[in-house]
Amino acid sequence: MQRKVLAEYKYELKPIVRGYNKRTLYVNVGDKVIKEKPVTDMMIDKFVGGKGFDLYLMWHGVNDNTKWNDPENEICIAFGPLCGNTSYPGSGKSIVTTISPLTGIPVDCNVGGHFGPYTKFAGFDALELQGKADEDVIVFIDGDKGIVQILSAPDKVINSHILAEELHKEFAGSEEHLQHVSVVSSGSASDHVLITCLNFSFWDKRRKVARLKQAGRGGTGTVFRDKSIKALVVKYSGLSVDKNDPADLPTLQKTGLKLHKEIEVGDADQCRMHQVGTAHLMEIMNDYDLLPIRNFKYGQMPEAEGLHSREFTKLFTQGMADGCWYGCSLSCCKAVDNFKPRTGPYKGQPVCVDGPEYETAGGCGSNICVWDPKDVVEINFYCDTYGLDTISFGTSVAFVMECYENGILNKERTGGLELNWGNADAALELLHQMARGEGFGLTVGQGVRRMKKIFAEQFGADPKFLQDIGMEAKGLEYSQYMSKESLAQQGGYTLALKGPQHDEAWLIFMDMVNNHIPTFKDKAEALHYFPMFRTWFGLQGLCKLPWNDIEPANNAQTDEPAKVPEHVQNYVDIYKAITGKPMDKHELIRQSERVYNFQKVFCMRMGGGRRIDDIPPYRAVGPVTEEEYLSRQERYDNLMKNKIGVDPTGKSVAEKMEITRRYREDQYQQLIDAVYERKGWTPEGVPTLEHLKNIGMDLPEVLEVVKRYL
Amino acid sequence: MKVLKTYPEKCISCHVCESTCSSLFFKEDNPELSCIQIHDETNPPDMNVCNQCQACVAVCPTCAITVNNQGVVMISRNLCIGCLMCVAACPTNSMRTAFGKHNPFKCIACGACVKTCPADALAVVQE
Ligand code: SF4
Ligand code: SF4
Ligand code: SF4
Repeated sequence: MQRKVLAEYKYELKPIVRGYNKRTLYVNVGDKVIKEKPVTDMMIDKFVGGKGFDLYLMWHGVNDNTKWNDPENEICIAFGPLCGNTSYPGSGKSIVTTISPLTGIPVDCNVGGHFGPYTKFAGFDALELQGKADEDVIVFIDGDKGIVQILSAPDKVINSHILAEELHKEFAGSEEHLQHVSVVSSGSASDHVLITCLNFSFWDKRRKVARLKQAGRGGTGTVFRDKSIKALVVKYSGLSVDKNDPADLPTLQKTGLKLHKEIEVGDADQCRMHQVGTAHLMEIMNDYDLLPIRNFKYGQMPEAEGLHSREFTKLFTQGMADGCWYGCSLSCCKAVDNFKPRTGPYKGQPVCVDGPEYETAGGCGSNICVWDPKDVVEINFYCDTYGLDTISFGTSVAFVMECYENGILNKERTGGLELNWGNADAALELLHQMARGEGFGLTVGQGVRRMKKIFAEQFGADPKFLQDIGMEAKGLEYSQYMSKESLAQQGGYTLALKGPQHDEAWLIFMDMVNNHIPTFKDKAEALHYFPMFRTWFGLQGLCKLPWNDIEPANNAQTDEPAKVPEHVQNYVDIYKAITGKPMDKHELIRQSERVYNFQKVFCMRMGGGRRIDDIPPYRAVGPVTEEEYLSRQERYDNLMKNKIGVDPTGKSVAEKMEITRRYREDQYQQLIDAVYERKGWTPEGVPTLEHLKNIGMDLPEVLEVVKRYL
Repeated sequence: MKVLKTYPEKCISCHVCESTCSSLFFKEDNPELSCIQIHDETNPPDMNVCNQCQACVAVCPTCAITVNNQGVVMISRNLCIGCLMCVAACPTNSMRTAFGKHNPFKCIACGACVKTCPADALAVVQE
């Protein structure tokens, strides 16, 4: 490929000191400015790294009115001080932030692949992308030579499974370097719709293909393409166990080896991550009535047997080193090899498909009643290569299928597509339309929030009903768990800062199954602790899965099994071992609290972050339709009697639904009150000045925004 | 397949093999750095050394572990990034590590210890 060098910047290669480069890389693809920025001690103290650095840089890059497609919007990708160590499982994550086209507020994604660690070892603690190019470009970071370039990208292909592979080959130069390159790309759908993602690659030496991990949520791919960035490429070939300059390498190695051994012994009996990845959850969720089916109407159906994890186990190639970064012995990144799609532009061509993971099997399988695992794999493949988020795609298709069922949509309105439950062909056609930029796919690709408006305005649909069944909050589609019977999880989803994703808190078992957090106070405490604890992974560049998808054999006997105390101590130990700085389990939460509250204020600054933004659609809370109520009538009647204190006998279904709804919505409001108070916020959800001072996040620019709301 | 065979009933627990091995590969007389380990708490002692079973080969993320044409499992120091996943995967605890060192190490059936063992408790054999 002939490429023009549109801009070039040479920098000095310097070793990392105790996990930090102490500089970030700024690239403006519009003005073609490339420069480095120093990382100050204040940044390290208050923002730590990873998502903290992303948000700090982005805050100063945008203004109060920045929209997703303004040139000053940024895509920031940062890594964190612990990122890239090869000793402790799950240490290779990048955190991506941008002002989201779906929500208008910052979105953050935690993603695997080699791009983050290689860019860190190339010399930077974060990458900040701004501006809009007037032709397609590639940003290339050569971490071996110390050169950053903006290159022209006349490449014909854009879809990730081909583009990533071609760029690996081009920039590696020779076969031995293929594993030393990583590519970030999106796909053709990102030129047309909003529910998009970025793919982060790693070279799989055994399969000889570029594997793709997704920064899935919030439309990051659309922002990327709006900037006319075709790809980011990094090259770095000097990896070794001490590249983070750890203060105490033996402790780091010892702690990592302890977890490797725990996984070696325990995984096959616990989560089977190594065999089937997160898809092991399929039957568990179905058994507990938690698997989303028919746009989150039901949590269980006999048909779900078809998507049992044993079906995926059969499709996944077994016995491979499937870690998304070196040293992850949990190795959950399963792949289907030599898959031959039956539709679309790659019909009949053997491809390697990453996943499906649980969220994809739920969203693009059970939630739309597609029960054939191969159809799910095909939807998964096209979502990835076109640059679409499987979660938002699944939830959006589930929404239009329910609208079709209810007559809000019909064949005329969908351009001929029969969007009945389970119509995999129609779901695939929607995908291809998004990639081609035509047809009803363009509408579905706007996401649920915009579709609600369109269907009400253009088709005269009842906005209240659409609000009840449209599974989005803040503009982001729900991920794939049923929260109806867990008040704490309703909070876990809907209070999540970026929108309803389960990565802040997953409390369903604790709350609903084990009843460990019965009171509002207990739930509020859990909705404080877990989001803070999980935020920490994003500050450090870590994966959440090795925290509790594998547990020490004696975990159940500890005082707080849900926190997995031994693993929390591991994180404290490896933090100290790498950075050489003091840490304990309390300071860990404090680090997160500072960044979490900063993000909250950032949302407020962009016009979100209010109490009204924390309200779920009723489908996430209780039964919207009579059929839903009747399908679990015994449960709802019993709850009415025992919890609400109202005798259901003699009442019509409509009356019972109304009583249930009033009760549940009121419970949810009480929950918010309790959680806001625990988090140090006013009843309107505004962090108090006192709280910001206490946690050390009382920067003038933060207080200035907060004061507007007090 | 070339493999170092042990005969525990002949072993007199003198630990000379450990000295030989660690001196050869690490220029240091230190049993912690020996590929063969003599645990003499039991009688006869437990002689722990790689049996070339190849279980570690598949887990290596950089394909640093390969089998040579004599059937011996070898680690490429060039490719190894020191994750120690192979150490956890070894069913007999014979993939060795010393914390602080960058790479794991293992017996390559070179036979140096066979020559220094005074009790004929070791032999390199073809299996
Ligand atoms: S557990 Fe899975 S997602 Fe997490 S780091 Fe390991 S391989 Fe990657
Ligand atoms: S080191 Fe262990 S796993 Fe590897 S070949 Fe030797 S005995 Fe087998
Ligand atoms: S420690 Fe080295 S040889 Fe062992 S699995 Fe890791 S990279 Fe491979």
